[in-house]
Amino acid sequence: MAATDQTLTRERPKATISLSQTARTSLQVLQAIIIFSILAWVSYRGAQAMEYNWQWYRVPRFFYRIIDGEIIWGPLVLGFIETLRLAGVSIIFAVLIGFVTAFARLSNSFAGKWIATIYLEAIRNTPLLVQLFLFYFVLAPIFGMDRFWAGVLCLSFFEGSFASEIIRGGIIGVSRDQYEASDAIGLTPYDKYTKIIIPQSLPLILPPLTGLIISLIKHSAIVSVIAVSELTTAGMNLISETFMAFEIWFIVAGIYLALTVTLSAGVSLFERQLEKGKH
Amino acid sequence: MNDKITSALKVPETKADDKPIVEVAGLCKWFGDFCALFDINFSVNSGEKVVVCGPSGSGKSTLIRCLNQLEEHQLGTIRIDGREVKPGMKGIEEIRRDVGMVFQSFNLFPHLSVLDNLTIGPIRNRGMSKSEAAEMAMELLDRVHISEQASKYPMQLSGGQQQRVAIARALCMRPKIMLFDEPTSALDPEMISGVLDVMVELAEDGMTMLCVTHEMGFARQVGDRVIFMDDAEIVETADPESFFNNPETERAKIFLSQLLSH
Ligand SMILES: Nc1ncnc2c1ncn2[C@@H]1O[C@H](COP(=O)(O)OP(=O)(O)OP(=O)(O)O)[C@@H](O)[C@H]1O
Ligand SMILES: [Mg+2]
Repeated sequence: MAATDQTLTRERPKATISLSQTARTSLQVLQAIIIFSILAWVSYRGAQAMEYNWQWYRVPRFFYRIIDGEIIWGPLVLGFIETLRLAGVSIIFAVLIGFVTAFARLSNSFAGKWIATIYLEAIRNTPLLVQLFLFYFVLAPIFGMDRFWAGVLCLSFFEGSFASEIIRGGIIGVSRDQYEASDAIGLTPYDKYTKIIIPQSLPLILPPLTGLIISLIKHSAIVSVIAVSELTTAGMNLISETFMAFEIWFIVAGIYLALTVTLSAGVSLFERQLEKGKH
Repeated sequence: MNDKITSALKVPETKADDKPIVEVAGLCKWFGDFCALFDINFSVNSGEKVVVCGPSGSGKSTLIRCLNQLEEHQLGTIRIDGREVKPGMKGIEEIRRDVGMVFQSFNLFPHLSVLDNLTIGPIRNRGMSKSEAAEMAMELLDRVHISEQASKYPMQLSGGQQQRVAIARALCMRPKIMLFDEPTSALDPEMISGVLDVMVELAEDGMTMLCVTHEMGFARQVGDRVIFMDDAEIVETADPESFFNNPETERAKIFLSQLLSH
């Protein structure tokens, strides 16, 4: 027993706010603010030394302009929407590819295992940029895809290889008892997976999958090299027109950051909801 | 080869009033090179209650898990209600739906409510409507004295309650036989009687049962026959009274004396 001079009663102690925890958090926030201030100051001084001509006032029109009382969306907003479309479609395909590959590897099928393994090794051991060129210069002309779909498929296959590992891990994480219980009541393999195994592996799959979605959004910038008109391409085009490299790259980075942070916050909210719904 | 084993099948005296639900002949099963079942022959007739006992590692679980192919056997034949069960066969689900199984560790679906644990089988396998299945499930929950827990999740129940839900879940498929694998051995002592009561009631309702258990009271009360296994074989088959009072074989005597000394 702990040596305290208070007598122990059966009454539950009142919850107390841990001051030390609050203090630690504020310290960390303070640290972050200081580091970012120093970084901002250094880059500002650097830019000044280059005699960089900041023109922030010109930035809003890259988002939208109002002509004759009508809103005309600017290149950054259009690029952002294209990035969302690109990433959204790619995520769906990546997860599908991930599921198929995971089940192929878990199956008894020799061919399935082999194809899955070759796919995973090929994707993991070649540069993403080279994969993109393969999709754009080789596969796209063969299958008659446009640059958007070449980009989508490249990203899907790239992230799909990671998704398959995540999904496989989640499925393996469900105990053997659950397979046996499903078999024992005579569920078909399809029902067993869709009703019993996959629902139980979702809590194991979702958190790392969020990380994957975020990295897919970041990786989507690479399709700017095949001139898909997404956010990074929009930024590059603007810079070649206006020479406002500093402002525009800050803004482009900020938009990616806002998107990914919103996403992870949304997912953790969703996970908490999921937990609550269960109890 | 199979014919020879089948001809060696000795069906012990049973109530023989009805057709056999389970027929096992010359069953052998290996895990790698380890022989877990050797030349197992027995049958269970409709309405019969058969208790399987024997020392740990003797192959009791493996035996009943072969019946619904949770384990695949290598030799011999198994028939459930006349249909032969083969490793890797198509349509094994159909047979499994006629064979209820209760596990030592309950194995409820933790992400489903008690009611959904029961209804998923009838809905997915038998194409029952949700309301129909729920009605049947509530009836069965009532039968295992637990209907007030229908909307809870398995984790919120005690071990004994979970096991009774597991029994109800198996009954939901309207099985022709119920297999039990030490259903009470993972339970705290005070939980055991509730589960045994349910099993006795089930037996009284005429359910065909094959039950691995060391609960002698239960075996005596409802068992028509005791099958004693040791070292992958059936060593002795007898009615409960004579088995527990005068075991024939030396191995059964040793086993029973160890069981009693606990
Ligand atoms: N999956 C497996 N792989 C290898 N050996 C196994 C496997 N399952 C069971 N065995 C072995 O087969 C033998 C019989 O096991 P089984 O579980 O059928 O025994 P049991 O009679 O049910 O014992 P208990 O009373 O402890 O449950 C044991 O020696 C066990 O180690
Ligand atoms: Mg066992």
